[in-house]
Amino acid sequence: MKQEGYWKYIKPYLSAFIIGPILMLVEVVGEVVMPKLFAVMNNTVVSYNANRLSAADANATIVGNGLLMAGMAVLMFIGGTGGAYFSVRASSKFACDLRKDVFNHIQNFSFENIDKFSTGSLVTRTTNDITQLQNFVSMILRMALRAPGMMIGGIIMALMTNAKLALIVLCMVPILAIAIALMLWFSFPLFQKMQTKLDNLNTKIQENLTNVRVVKSFVREDYETDKFKESNKDLKDSTMAAMKIMIATMPVMTLAMNVTTLAIVWFGGKRVVSGDMTVGDLTAFITYITQILSSLMMLSMIIMNASRAMASSKRIRAVLNEEVTLTDENGSEDLKVEHGSVEFKDVCFRYYKNTDAWVLDHISFSAKPGETVGIIGSTGCGKTTLVSMIPRLYDPDEGEILVDGKNVKDYKFTNLRDGVGMVLQKNVLFSGSIEENLRWGNEDATDEEIRQVAKVAQADKFIDSFDDGYGMELGQGGVNVSGGQKQRLCIARALLKNPKIIILDDSTSAVDTATEANIRYYFANDLKDTTKLIIAQRIGSVMEADKIIVLDEGRIVGEGKHEELLKTCVAYREIYASQMENRKEA
Amino acid sequence: MAKRLSEEELLKKYENVGSVQSSGGGPGGPGPGGPGGGPGRGPKGEDDMKKPSQTGDTIKRLAHYIAGNKKWLALVAVCLLGYSGATLAASYLLRPILNTLVDSSMTMWSRLTYLGEMIGVMAAVYAVAVVCNYLQSRIMLSISQSALQKLRNDLFEKLEHLPVRYYDQNSNGDLMSRFTNDVDTIGELLNSTLVQLVSGVISIVGTLCIMLYTNWILTIITIISIPIIAKLGGTIASRSRKYYTQQQAALGAVNGYVEEMVTGQKVVKVFGHEETAKDEFGTLSDALQKRQMSAQFLSACMGPVMGNFSQLTYAITATVGAVLCITSGFDIGGLTIFVNYSRQFSRPINELSQQMNTIFSALAGAERVFTVLDEEPEQLKPMDVNADGTPIQPLPGEIPPEDAPKPYTGEPMQGYVRLTNVTFGYKPEKTILKEINCYAKPGQKIAFVGSTGAGKTTITNLINRFYEVNQGCITIDGIDVRNYPLDVLRKNIAMVLQDTHLFTGTVMENIRYGRPDATDEEVIEAAKLASADSFIQRLSDGYDTMLEGDGANLSQGQRQLLNIARAAVTTAPILILDEATSSVDTRTERHIEIGLDNLMANRTTFVIAHRLSTVRNSHAIMVLEHGEIIERGTHDELLAMGGRYYNLYTGKAELS
Repeated sequence: MKQEGYWKYIKPYLSAFIIGPILMLVEVVGEVVMPKLFAVMNNTVVSYNANRLSAADANATIVGNGLLMAGMAVLMFIGGTGGAYFSVRASSKFACDLRKDVFNHIQNFSFENIDKFSTGSLVTRTTNDITQLQNFVSMILRMALRAPGMMIGGIIMALMTNAKLALIVLCMVPILAIAIALMLWFSFPLFQKMQTKLDNLNTKIQENLTNVRVVKSFVREDYETDKFKESNKDLKDSTMAAMKIMIATMPVMTLAMNVTTLAIVWFGGKRVVSGDMTVGDLTAFITYITQILSSLMMLSMIIMNASRAMASSKRIRAVLNEEVTLTDENGSEDLKVEHGSVEFKDVCFRYYKNTDAWVLDHISFSAKPGETVGIIGSTGCGKTTLVSMIPRLYDPDEGEILVDGKNVKDYKFTNLRDGVGMVLQKNVLFSGSIEENLRWGNEDATDEEIRQVAKVAQADKFIDSFDDGYGMELGQGGVNVSGGQKQRLCIARALLKNPKIIILDDSTSAVDTATEANIRYYFANDLKDTTKLIIAQRIGSVMEADKIIVLDEGRIVGEGKHEELLKTCVAYREIYASQMENRKEA
Repeated sequence: MAKRLSEEELLKKYENVGSVQSSGGGPGGPGPGGPGGGPGRGPKGEDDMKKPSQTGDTIKRLAHYIAGNKKWLALVAVCLLGYSGATLAASYLLRPILNTLVDSSMTMWSRLTYLGEMIGVMAAVYAVAVVCNYLQSRIMLSISQSALQKLRNDLFEKLEHLPVRYYDQNSNGDLMSRFTNDVDTIGELLNSTLVQLVSGVISIVGTLCIMLYTNWILTIITIISIPIIAKLGGTIASRSRKYYTQQQAALGAVNGYVEEMVTGQKVVKVFGHEETAKDEFGTLSDALQKRQMSAQFLSACMGPVMGNFSQLTYAITATVGAVLCITSGFDIGGLTIFVNYSRQFSRPINELSQQMNTIFSALAGAERVFTVLDEEPEQLKPMDVNADGTPIQPLPGEIPPEDAPKPYTGEPMQGYVRLTNVTFGYKPEKTILKEINCYAKPGQKIAFVGSTGAGKTTITNLINRFYEVNQGCITIDGIDVRNYPLDVLRKNIAMVLQDTHLFTGTVMENIRYGRPDATDEEVIEAAKLASADSFIQRLSDGYDTMLEGDGANLSQGQRQLLNIARAAVTTAPILILDEATSSVDTRTERHIEIGLDNLMANRTTFVIAHRLSTVRNSHAIMVLEHGEIIERGTHDELLAMGGRYYNLYTGKAELS
């Protein structure tokens, strides 16, 4: 059932993978032998009744067999629990290794990779899907030998007991197998359809949960409910379609079992009457039929679960097989960012390779170590994309980006990103205390250093105002601090890395102008050697920069100092006008 | 300090982070149910037993969902009885057959004739069993699926009508999990467990009767084994239940960790945190594996332990029975069927004990679902009008008599909004708004500025009654908002929210969300007004472009423009813009300003904006701080005042 590629996760636990099923076989052997032992008892009774045996001899045989059966039960117990232990061990270790690999692989993903999956689906793949697969492996280990073992054992014993009667069973098994296979064959696509409907329904619920305010403010509750009811009905209908076939399995099985039993009783009964067969053998035979059929049922269950596990496996493999589009394979270990100069040479980029329009269109500019470069432009003009390319969150489609005169692709990720601090537009803080969050920048930073960066980022005052200070626990995503505070914490976190290049992507938008001015002041004085790239909405944020780059629809339409741009760049003037006019009026 | 966290610390930290607790983790999950036995979900535990009355209630309510069609249910019961009875009878028929076969006192011919007759009878009994079995499954399938459909519909409908407060207090993940995990467990109960439970009980009782009838000594031996099996099962189950709780917690931690790291992937990369993440995840994963090992081993043992215990009983009854045949003339047919019965007997007990977990988790799930269903929905009709038909009085707080609200008359809304002495807190002990007084005449633009948490958004939440005031009152056209039917009120207030939420569907559908009967032209007109038309035209399919996953393929600013268009398509006389243009750059904002001005022209507008330039031309600006209006006036007046607003505007004060 396993696809190639899982061997890696099986190999270290191979012994458990083998011992488990073997121990399980002990149980099977017991189950097959037990009826035979009972048959012996039965025959002994018949012999005694026919006066062919003395009571003492009969009792001795019976008790002897009874002890044998009891001993068998104990052995089966040991085999069963032992098998359970090794199967669980093997499957949980297997899953653990797989889970780590999937997670680690995701860590290496580029954003192009991540965009292909969604965050939610990556989470379910790492958890639910792997659990599904684990359950399946565990089941296989306990059942894989057991079901066929019981069937083969049952057939062998039946053949040994009475070959002619066994023919009836041998005819029945393939017919039944075909019937089951047909049912599975027809129900699989239906089950898949059901899964899609379920996904649709869940999307609808999720959407309504997050959008509740919109739904309510536009009074669309009834509309949404109607739409939901439609999807829900779809789901029910498709579930019914699939299940209608599946529920027939049981009756069909029972029917087959019954017909076989009747045939056995009839033909076997005739033989018993004619003296060709003992009554004990007949009862044993009936037991074997039950066993063979139940093993078939088990097999069909395994197959059913297999389809579910296969779906999960497919989703996991999709992650593992996803080729990481951004690697630092060609990077040199020794290369580190030392000065902090940045240069874009004719860089072109687009997110979707099948679209014509460039998101960045032949961008060229440079920043010397210690310089401050402001980047300004309208919504969706490519500012964020542009700076994301410096720490190689994306690679350009054309042209190259140089840091310290070397192509960014020549660096190892660690070295490059150590040298480039970036504060993102969409700020993310993690569960944990403020200090733990800041230490993302540098795990070994002293308390002194932490305080220092907090001060530069103008975060020291409000942190001190918290009861727990730097030890305050941030809720998930930092919900218990305001937007402006979050931004300042993120700036501090990036500064703690002591990077040669720092990028602020609209990271002070929620900070008031006075505080922002303070941050600018500290940046200018404390970070003299650091190259600063600042994306901003407010012209005031970048007015004093050594160079301002004006972007419009992916192109640079202006480059220079504030005063120059006011003279030469129409777009810049428009932006300036949109912001300054208000003040003049005031 | 704060170096690598230990396993314990990591588990603790992330256990509560994962919003959606995984449903997985069942041991052997799909427990092989067949006669081969096998570990299913074993755990049952006393700790899970809720107070009997509560559990009783839950069962009653669940029953209500399947009781819709009593006739069919009765048929299921008949089928179950028929099936169980036929199965028992078929086994019993073997006794006379076997006895006759070895009865040397009969002629061969009469034995064969008898055999033939009995096989006919057996065939008939078998036919009854199969037919009953199929009918029962088929009817039950319809019943259970309809019940689930109804349950989901009820739950969703309920959620749609719960107040916003409920959503703010409960995590989406948790609500989502009630829809998926909890409803699923109920589904499992209805689909199979319930029937198994009933048929199990029937066959236990039936088997016991026949066994007693066949041989009482052997029956006693079998019965003695029952408490031992039950005790054994109970012990294993309660142990493994404990480990399961731990396993689920670890699973939750793993879930939470992945969620956080994948969501924060950009930060992880920018800080080169990948290796730490891998390490920490490895630790969590190992911890999960250890706990899985303990939990799943125990439950996997359930099958072999119980199954092989019944094998032991089999051995004992067979031996004693055979000896009885020799010593006291017990018949051979009786022995055979008895041993068969004793095997059959342990099977339902075994299955039932394995089903216990499903039953308990289904009941727990049902309780969680019913808790939601029991929540108080939003009052759609106008709130209680006093017995004499006079409108409800404003809550304590001084209201001048001339401002006393009038009753709702059904006249079209003009948009004269007035807040009188409004006091409010999300929690009673923490007041957010104190004694707020302000008004907006039709067509006026009122702005609220102030720090995060000053209560700006809260005011708008009160106007459209996402929340209800604690004191004072809000009137529109002189009528208390609580006197309006809720839908009338909200249809007259268009909101553009800070968080830009879109729905799966085309751009056209998303804008039309504001007014379902808007024509395509009106939608496009609204888009133009919001300056969204030009970028929509550039999308691959224009207005027919499908937006997915909350519009992930649009920039934040573009999504805000769509939100504005959605509000623009409505005809509501009141408009609320809550940081509606915060992600739109100033130049684009200027472009849409004209549109916005048109949009606001005939509407009463409330604007919340961080960027003070956008509120400049308001008729009045309210500066909020700590829930109080500390300054109010026009832009020029406020600047002249040289107070808080002046400081904010000139960048001298901290806005946090």
